Amino acid sequence: MVVAETKKQDRLSKNRINKAEYLLKGNSSCPGCTAMLAIRHILKAAGPDTFALVGACCAVVCEGVYPNTCMAIPTLDTAFACTAAMASGVRAAVRDRGINVIAIAGDGGTVDIGVQALSGAIERNDDFLYVCYDNEAYGNTGMQRSGSTPFGAVTTTTPFGKREDKKDIAAIIGAHNPPYMATACASYPIDLQRKVERALSIEGTKFIHVLAPCPPGWRISTDKAIEVGKLAVKSCSFFLYEMEERKIRMSKPSINAIKKPIPVREYYRVQGRFARMSDEEIEISQQKIDANIAYFREVCDL
Amino acid sequence: MSIATQEGVTGQDHRVFVTGCEAVARAVMTAKPSVIASYPITPQTEIVEKLSLFIGENGSECQFIAVESEHSALSACIGASSCGVRTFTATSSHGLLYMAEMVHWAAIARLPIVMANANRALGSGWNIWADHLDALSLRDAGWIQFFASSVQEVYDTILIAFRVAENEGVMLPAMVNLDGFLLTHINQPLNLVDDDLYISEFLDDLKMEHALNFDSPHTLGTLIAPTDNYRVQHDRKVGMERAKTVIREAEEEFLRLFGRAYSPVPEYRTDDAEVLLVAMGTLAKEAEEAVDIMRFRGIKAGLLQVRQFRPFPDEIIDILERSPADTIVVVDRNYSGGCGGILAQEIKARLYSADVKREIVSVIAGLGGQDISAEDLVEIVKIRGGEYWWGI
Repeated sequence: MVVAETKKQDRLSKNRINKAEYLLKGNSSCPGCTAMLAIRHILKAAGPDTFALVGACCAVVCEGVYPNTCMAIPTLDTAFACTAAMASGVRAAVRDRGINVIAIAGDGGTVDIGVQALSGAIERNDDFLYVCYDNEAYGNTGMQRSGSTPFGAVTTTTPFGKREDKKDIAAIIGAHNPPYMATACASYPIDLQRKVERALSIEGTKFIHVLAPCPPGWRISTDKAIEVGKLAVKSCSFFLYEMEERKIRMSKPSINAIKKPIPVREYYRVQGRFARMSDEEIEISQQKIDANIAYFREVCDL
Repeated sequence: MSIATQEGVTGQDHRVFVTGCEAVARAVMTAKPSVIASYPITPQTEIVEKLSLFIGENGSECQFIAVESEHSALSACIGASSCGVRTFTATSSHGLLYMAEMVHWAAIARLPIVMANANRALGSGWNIWADHLDALSLRDAGWIQFFASSVQEVYDTILIAFRVAENEGVMLPAMVNLDGFLLTHINQPLNLVDDDLYISEFLDDLKMEHALNFDSPHTLGTLIAPTDNYRVQHDRKVGMERAKTVIREAEEEFLRLFGRAYSPVPEYRTDDAEVLLVAMGTLAKEAEEAVDIMRFRGIKAGLLQVRQFRPFPDEIIDILERSPADTIVVVDRNYSGGCGGILAQEIKARLYSADVKREIVSVIAGLGGQDISAEDLVEIVKIRGGEYWWGI
């Protein structure tokens, strides 16, 4: 069984990506938005038999204004705190396992205001996939700090840089021991799609945390968004992995990064939001990253 | 099913002796919802417990989602209802206000969710007893609102509420209110309807044109510009206006099939009344007793029970217009800060619009479970003047 699945996963390549589009052109996302790019790939992996829920977040705005929508599948936009709870309701109504239920929300709607509903849904193990795309701030309202904003980042409510660390949502969700959890990044679409496929093949609550660089919020040029996502992974600021039965399986890009991480300074210096960080602060960040690398080396036996 | 239940069959009727909470649960099971999501709160708890029991016992197809908060309870119902299935939730007081955001949401989304709300006071200062301010805080949320005065009425109103909410021209959520403890925890005799007759003759299958589906995939709840938003809100008004007729039709059909009569504003001994009491919930039931006492003592008193609070019944104007009573004593189990009793305000506003002149006396009584007896109401009827707080 395990072997067969591995083979299936290996087959997923650029050639096998679903050509159909469920996130249509003409949506109102900002240029270079990787959140919408991630959602596009997630929906491609899920296919047409999918109900989507979109929490109050950038993606709702990007869908367009009534009577238009960029979503080609049945979609329910939700209030801020309740994306996971509404997904539980949709799944209770739509019991056919052949139909996917995917809830999509931003980092604010997941790690802050929506964490209670999400925790409840995972505890009940309601059968849906929850995707948090993480642009590390309240993007929709103009980049205020969220619990997911990293240390040192300037936002409109942390004009001198955030003093606190990024909330570790993966650890919080991991503590619930869901049947499947993964982290991904919009810069690695094949990896992301493979994880979505894996998640949807499993019954219960699945969680995927997707890092999604935001050009206006991170103060990067639109053509650098993909590259910045890769730098996040290469510097081990963000790890790509899967977790099943409490076992962490590091994904290839992060295995490579752990072997030879680039200094976090290289990730920071291409982004305007970290411009205020002092050398001392960058060193503090580097030490935390080094500790994380040591931790994952140990738990993943790398 | 519960220890307190004594079942016996008389003819076609099934008569039991149950609490208001169990009456709610029995009515809900009769309506066969697909999804129930609820969170426990005193004094609603027994509703959740009984539903869990009934669903488990009967091998029901209904899915009970034991959510982690009231906000999630109504959200889960909204998710399920958006897919076109029948849903139910129950809450009370703080729970209702915790889900307040979604209470508005459900009405604007035109989802025919039915909710039982056990009326209870709000904190600060934990008080678990009857008070109508929880539901009335959400009077403007666009839900149909009923206030029941007996266990039988709770049961029947839940059954009627599903039909009204799901009517294609209405498509609005409905809230059935029952006084905390005074109904939730009181056992009264209850005549059950025939489940099969109810499903085959009274409640049609739910048809929702706007439900999510694969045949014409659409997005519910996107950004909406002012012009369209305005139109959507007006559509909701049209639905609420239609509800007035649909409720009357449902009540008449309920009478025909099940033999019990309901109306938006039931009257009690009003024909020659010189003074009228107006109240909602169990206060109205207690007031019947008060009217009997007063009549025995030679005082021509009558009673109006405002059973249907939203849409506010037009009937009340006709009733007051033809009533010989020149004084109307409105007893409110609520207080709107800085503005007085809510029911009194509503009646005053409508009388003014209809150019009907009556003296309206507003009495605040029974807040936070303050005990109001029939004898108290006999005294309350004697009060004259603007706003009066009973027992202060």
